[in-house]
Formats: sequence, C-alpha cells, structure tokens
Amino acid sequence: MAQPNEAQPLVQLAAATFRRRTLADREGVLGRLLLAPAFLYVILVVGVPFVLAILLSFSAARSGSLSFSWVGLSHFSTIIADPQFQLTLRNTLVFTIASQVLVMILATAAANVLDAAFFGKRAVRMLILLPWAVPVSLAAMSWAWIFDSTFSVINWTLRASGLFQGWLYWLGDTELAMIAIIIVHVWRTFPFATVVVLAGMAAIPLEIREAAVIDGASFWRRLFQVNLPLLLPVVTVAVLFGVVFTSTDLSVVYLLTRGGPYNSTHVLASLAFQRGILGGDLGQGAAIALFLLPALVVVAIVMLRLARRAEVGA
Amino acid sequence: MTARRVVRVLKQIGLYSAAAAFTGLAVFPFYWMLVTAFKEDNDLYVAATMRAHIPWIFNEPPTLEHFQYLLGDTAYLAWVRNTILVGAAVVVITLVLAVPAGYALARLTGRWGERLGIGIFLTYLIPPTLLFIPFSRVIAVLGLQNSLWALVLVYPTFTIPFCTWLLMGFFRSIPRDIEEQAMIDGYSRLAAMRLVVLPLAVSGVLTAAFFSFTLVMQEFVYALTFISSVGKMTVSLGIPVALFRDVFNWGAMMAAALITSVPIAIVYNLFIDRFVGGLTAGAVKG
Repeated sequence: MAQPNEAQPLVQLAAATFRRRTLADREGVLGRLLLAPAFLYVILVVGVPFVLAILLSFSAARSGSLSFSWVGLSHFSTIIADPQFQLTLRNTLVFTIASQVLVMILATAAANVLDAAFFGKRAVRMLILLPWAVPVSLAAMSWAWIFDSTFSVINWTLRASGLFQGWLYWLGDTELAMIAIIIVHVWRTFPFATVVVLAGMAAIPLEIREAAVIDGASFWRRLFQVNLPLLLPVVTVAVLFGVVFTSTDLSVVYLLTRGGPYNSTHVLASLAFQRGILGGDLGQGAAIALFLLPALVVVAIVMLRLARRAEVGA
Repeated sequence: MTARRVVRVLKQIGLYSAAAAFTGLAVFPFYWMLVTAFKEDNDLYVAATMRAHIPWIFNEPPTLEHFQYLLGDTAYLAWVRNTILVGAAVVVITLVLAVPAGYALARLTGRWGERLGIGIFLTYLIPPTLLFIPFSRVIAVLGLQNSLWALVLVYPTFTIPFCTWLLMGFFRSIPRDIEEQAMIDGYSRLAAMRLVVLPLAVSGVLTAAFFSFTLVMQEFVYALTFISSVGKMTVSLGIPVALFRDVFNWGAMMAAALITSVPIAIVYNLFIDRFVGGLTAGAVKG
C-alpha cells in the first residue's frame, strides 16, 4: 500500500501551511530544551560533589572549618600504610565476592524453580521478592535481633535440634560477624538477581529450549550448555548491580556491627563514614571512599559494552 | 507404579521443597518481625539457652503494647510524616525533570541521545558512599544541616537518572504513529506529547513516581549523614537509630519495621516487572 505514504507529506505540508511552525516543532532544539533541566540537575548535584570528592581527598579539610589546604597524596599514603585500611579493603572484597558468588548460585537455582509450573507460584514469587522491597535498614535490624548475643533464635534452634551444642556469638566474634554480614547481603540481593535471571529466561526463544528437550538433553546439560550461555548478558547485569550495591553498602555493616568487633568488619563505606563524618576528617574519608571508584569504572565499562552489543544486535 | 511415575513424583517433591526453602529463607526475618512485634516482653527476653521455652511461637497471648508504645511514646508518626513530605517533594521534582528528559531521549535526540541516556543511567551507579562526604560539605555551606530540605535536594540525584531511564523505555514502547497522526492533525510536537502521549504513558509515570518514593523510603546513608535530631528523621533512619537506644526495645522496633515494610512490599510486587524490564532492556534486547 504505497498510497498513504505518498499522501502523508502532502497532508503534513497542508497542516504546516495552516499553522505556523513554532519552537515546539523544531525537534533538535526541543529535544535539548526538554533534556536540559534534568541534565543540569545531575551535573550540578552529582557532578560537582563528585569533583569535590576528588579535591577533598587531596586536602586537609575538616568538617568544622572551611579551609581547603592542599596536602597532595598524603592522605593516600597514610591510609595505604594503615593496617586498618588494608583490612577494610580486604573485607570489602571478601564481602562482595563471597556474597555475589552465593547470590548467583541461589538466584539461578531460584529462577529455575520459579520457571517451572507449580501450585502457588505467584505467592512464592511475591514472598521471595520481599527482602529486596523492604528498606535495608529495617531488614538489617531484624537480622541484628536474630543474631542477638543472648536471644538468638538461630542458637536456640541449633541447640534444640541437637545439631550444635556450643554458643555462637554472632556479632561478637570476628569470623562469625563476617559470615553474618555476608548472609544479610546474600539474603538482600538474591531476590533481585532471581527476578532479573527469570526475565532473561523468559526472553530465551521457546524453540531453542524445546529443541534441546527434543534432542534429549538432560536438565543439567540444558542448564549449563543452553540456558546459562544464553543468560550470560542478563546474569552479568544482575552481578554488576549486585557488586555495586554490595561493595558500596554502608547500612548493613553499620547497623549490624558498627564495624566491630574491634573494627574487624569495617568496609570502605563504613570506615569512610567513621573517619570522615564521625571523626571529622573529610579529606581522609573522601580518600577512603575513592578506593571504590576503580571497581565502579570497571562496572560502568562492562555495562556500556553490553549496551553497545545490544544496540548492534537490535 | 512405574519407574517413570516415581521419578515424576520425586521431581514434584523436589520442586516444592526447593520453592519452600527459598520462600523460607526470604520470609524468615519478616516472620521474626511479626512474632517479636506482638510478643510480651516476658516471652521475648528469655535467654536462648532455655531449651524448654520455644521462641518460634507465642508462649503467652499476643499483645499490642509495643504498638501502643511506638505510636504513643516515640517519634514514629513524625518519621512517617517526614518521609511522606520528603517523598512527595522528591517525586514532584523527579517527574518534572525526568518526564521531559525521558521523552526527549526516546523521540527527539536520535543517536547522541541514546549515548546520553546511557550516561545518565550510569550516574545512578555512582553510590551515596562516594558522595556523602562532599555533600556534607555542600550541605554545611548551604546551611541545610539537620534539615529535611537537604534530603529533598540530594535524593533526586538517584531518582532522576533512574526515572529518566525508566520513562525513556516507556515512551519508546508507545507507537510513533499515534503522535505523528496527532501532528498531522495540526498539533505541535509539544502538544502531541502533552495531550496524546502523556495520557498513554500514565502507567509509566505512576511506576516512576512509585519507585522514586520507595527509593526515598529505602535511603539510609544520606539521612544518617545529614539528619541528627530525632524529630526530623525519616522512617528508615529513625527506626534503627533512634529506637535502638534502649537495648530491650526490640518489640517496638520490630513493630515499626513491620508496619513500615508491609505496605511497601505489597505495592512493590505490583511494579517489579516493569522495573526489571527497564533495567534489563539493554541486555535482553540483543
């Protein structure tokens, strides 16, 4: 049907002669105008503090005064030599990697369960999502109470079931506190990863899955050689978000242990808060927080690559 | 029973127990909130070494005393009010800026707009952890310490990028033909957007508003950094920080966590698919 296509410019021309073209019709200009307010807000309120964060890390700024004396790299050399900082950096890596590995295993398993048909599936999906929906600071307090040194329900259950007769000081022991923090991170991020993986599974063409079944591939073979490779981009997105949310999180560590016992569970975010805000040493706090930047840049690059590949593929 | 039938039954059992296990893991802390919120203190504070006292159930009749204390003797209602005020202001700011921006990126700016859209989305990944220290300086200079206005100023830094991205996806999903038809009928581009496209995008705009509000409710780090007096806290700050003073305050704290979490969780489930669709658009599209 070629006719409407030919007619359209004529109609537009006719319309244009009836009504003068105004600013509201010039697409390039209009696009810029509509975009400008949001863009300016982000530049001013994200960009400026971001630059300020870098400047602060080279200065002796303290929270009380407004002075901005340049101290060069001295904050960086101080913190790199500081054993507390080295431990903190290691903790951040351990928490992020351990929790994200567990999250990916749990999320892939949970997505496979939710992909199957069973009674009550909608309810299960809704309940599994709860940890992600609820404010993290409230969920963290529930966990703090679960891990309480005297009233821990976990300890009671372990004893009553005869599995373990000893006593676990969850948040009072260095290793147990680290495990507790990882548990909370996993609990909090696996629902989101599950939903993302599930969305990816729904996007795999049915023919491919059916072909694998017809060809007699077993469940595991289908999982590892058909589904997972096709899911890789989506899983990557879930992992990247998980890495960003876990590595930069302050609330779980702050509310569960305040970095304790004996400052053994600090992460970069909580140490930056302690030194920068509570201790008033803005410069050093900013320098500590900046160590998160390389990880974020890597995440951003991978995201851009994925986006570009999708663009080419589309 | 044939072997095949046995295998099928076993598979079903496996499926249901796996579903039950995942649900149990997800729900356990909420169950614990529920039980704690309604328990008498005598029933709550029994050392876990007492094997005869089962903490999983109500050993004494449930009570509302923690809720009465929470609503009568704490600043909880002020925190709720503060959260709603900040949330409403942030939602308005976000929509005013993100709706036009999302539309422009979807329709008007072409290829460089797509790049810019990804750039704006990436700023969502710049975490509060990197910014709260310079912000504390900026907020001090502006004289907004311990003021809700500090939160109103700062929260759009994550809601705008997020909602712009989300709305861009929504506007893309509306067929171009509809607004082209409107323009042929004599509307300007701006009028076509306002009168034809926006009414179609109501569900998208609602989703963006809802997620802005939940992001505000969930935020903890900025609130912790900027707000110091109990009366000005938001729920996500006040409940864990101000209610924690007294060690034996778990009943009230869990009561507060429960009545704050349940409404969010219910509404969240209505919107989650749109949210995931928006986030994974880039990765799934290919």
